[in-house]
Amino acid sequence: MAVAAPQAQDSATHVTPVHRVGEQVFDIVADIGDVAMFSALTFSWLFRRRPRWSTLVPSMYAIGVSSVPVVAITGTFIGMVLAVQAHSQFALMGLATRLGSVINISLVKELGPVLAATMLAGRVGSAMSAELGTMRVTEQIDALSALGTNPINYLVVPRFLGCFLLIPLLTLMADFMGVIGGAVVSTQLLGVDSFAYWQHSRNYVGGMDLFAGVFKSFFFGAAIALISCHRGFHSRAGAEGVGRAATEAFVYSFIAILFLDLTIGIAWNAMYRTIWPQSAGLL
Amino acid sequence: MSEADLAGLANPKSPIVEITDLTMRFRHQTVLRDITLQINAGQTLCVIGESGCGKTVLLKLMIGLLRPTRGVVKFDGRDLSKLSEHELTMTRLRFGFLFQMAALFDSLSIYDNVAFGPREHNLYDEATLKKIVTERLQEVGLPDGLEHKKPAELSGGQRKRVGMARALALDPEVMLYDEPTTGLDPIMSDVINELILQTAQTKKATGIVVTHDMKTVLKVADRVVMFYPLARLREDESQILYDGPPEGLEGHPDSRVRQFVQGEAGERLREMAQNRANG
Repeated sequence: MAVAAPQAQDSATHVTPVHRVGEQVFDIVADIGDVAMFSALTFSWLFRRRPRWSTLVPSMYAIGVSSVPVVAITGTFIGMVLAVQAHSQFALMGLATRLGSVINISLVKELGPVLAATMLAGRVGSAMSAELGTMRVTEQIDALSALGTNPINYLVVPRFLGCFLLIPLLTLMADFMGVIGGAVVSTQLLGVDSFAYWQHSRNYVGGMDLFAGVFKSFFFGAAIALISCHRGFHSRAGAEGVGRAATEAFVYSFIAILFLDLTIGIAWNAMYRTIWPQSAGLL
Repeated sequence: MSEADLAGLANPKSPIVEITDLTMRFRHQTVLRDITLQINAGQTLCVIGESGCGKTVLLKLMIGLLRPTRGVVKFDGRDLSKLSEHELTMTRLRFGFLFQMAALFDSLSIYDNVAFGPREHNLYDEATLKKIVTERLQEVGLPDGLEHKKPAELSGGQRKRVGMARALALDPEVMLYDEPTTGLDPIMSDVINELILQTAQTKKATGIVVTHDMKTVLKVADRVVMFYPLARLREDESQILYDGPPEGLEGHPDSRVRQFVQGEAGERLREMAQNRANG
């Protein structure tokens, strides 16, 4: 029998640049919809079945406990660098004793939460994405479904809870270490008066500032978990596919952190000023 | 799992799996086109065909891991696309799936892998579960002392057998095997073939085996279906080139079937030469 002429692939029919642009737009819209569906399913499984301790505890350990050293070191150095960079400018204006307020307010409101989230996205988000991507490629996620277990419930919910519940603690750790680092450099190396340093810190940094940073971190944690797990679940085949999923997890998480930082800040400040018109805003 | 869920074993006289006008398309590529197939309970069906012709996709459609673009997949008379999430989960528990690379859970021990299905669905207490896991591992011929190892510590053949033990732990009515002997040495391939036969005979399970291995086909199949890649077919040709007993494959009038059975490159060599000439 003669070999049949290869059947024309559907894609071979006159693909113009307009088709390509349309396809890209369609893919982006479909991706956004897919992330939304993925998030909705994760939230629904949060309440439908209590996560198993056997999956929750290892997730929490990997996300929280294992991240403590890197977050602590990053926080410490950021506090110290802030002190070094700000000191020369403040000293010129005779405001060196005010360093404490600047360093500490920057840390608890912005740098602590954003840095802790960035470190979590880099250390944990990429790893989660690579792990789930490997599970996708090696059909372990299909095997879960075949054994009657919902993969989102089994794999995503514990990771989501780990990120969501532990990132505030990591943020507090970054804040604390940053404050210590900034204080040590300012008072021990740069010669700022210790009493004035802490006095100004106490006057300018309040509990609500700390709360503002911690509040944002919940959103950062949720975004990191959802984006990283989603990229892992949709990893393409092969080492390149898994590597790309891990990279995308970090890049998209980082963009989401910055976007959320801005939007939550704007929204909350608007609400805060509506309630207390004389205030400078909370976030 | 409730008694109602466990009830409803398939009637052996009727087809346990019915596929009607099934089409599966991924973005720009149609993988399966208008497939109609009925598989009777107790039968061992081998699905053969070149890589990329949609065999694994067919298995995943049968268990509801993929949703068809068009067409109907029925299990035990019920359309999978019309089942609720709970019903689909309960239906999946009536299948066992041996994945191509076994798909064992890396983070769990061998014991926990085999115990995974029954434990997730609270089917037994831990003592009974231990007995079942030990039995299943013995059935697939794995030595004692392996239970506490991780999948990465096992050979390819051992991983396949653990995958089979895991699938059998739920006492499935239908076993799906995705290229069960791929990547194994000839002796281990024969061990797996024997286990497929043993499962069909002792458990009375329906078997659907996707394979390239003609030794597997000749050893285990009651019936063979051969698929052909759509990219090499005309629009009016059926994607199923052969459907019948294994004895009918040898000397089949269609040269494409004979070439596959005998492992001949056939027209592919001419195509390769032409591609080289075209640069």
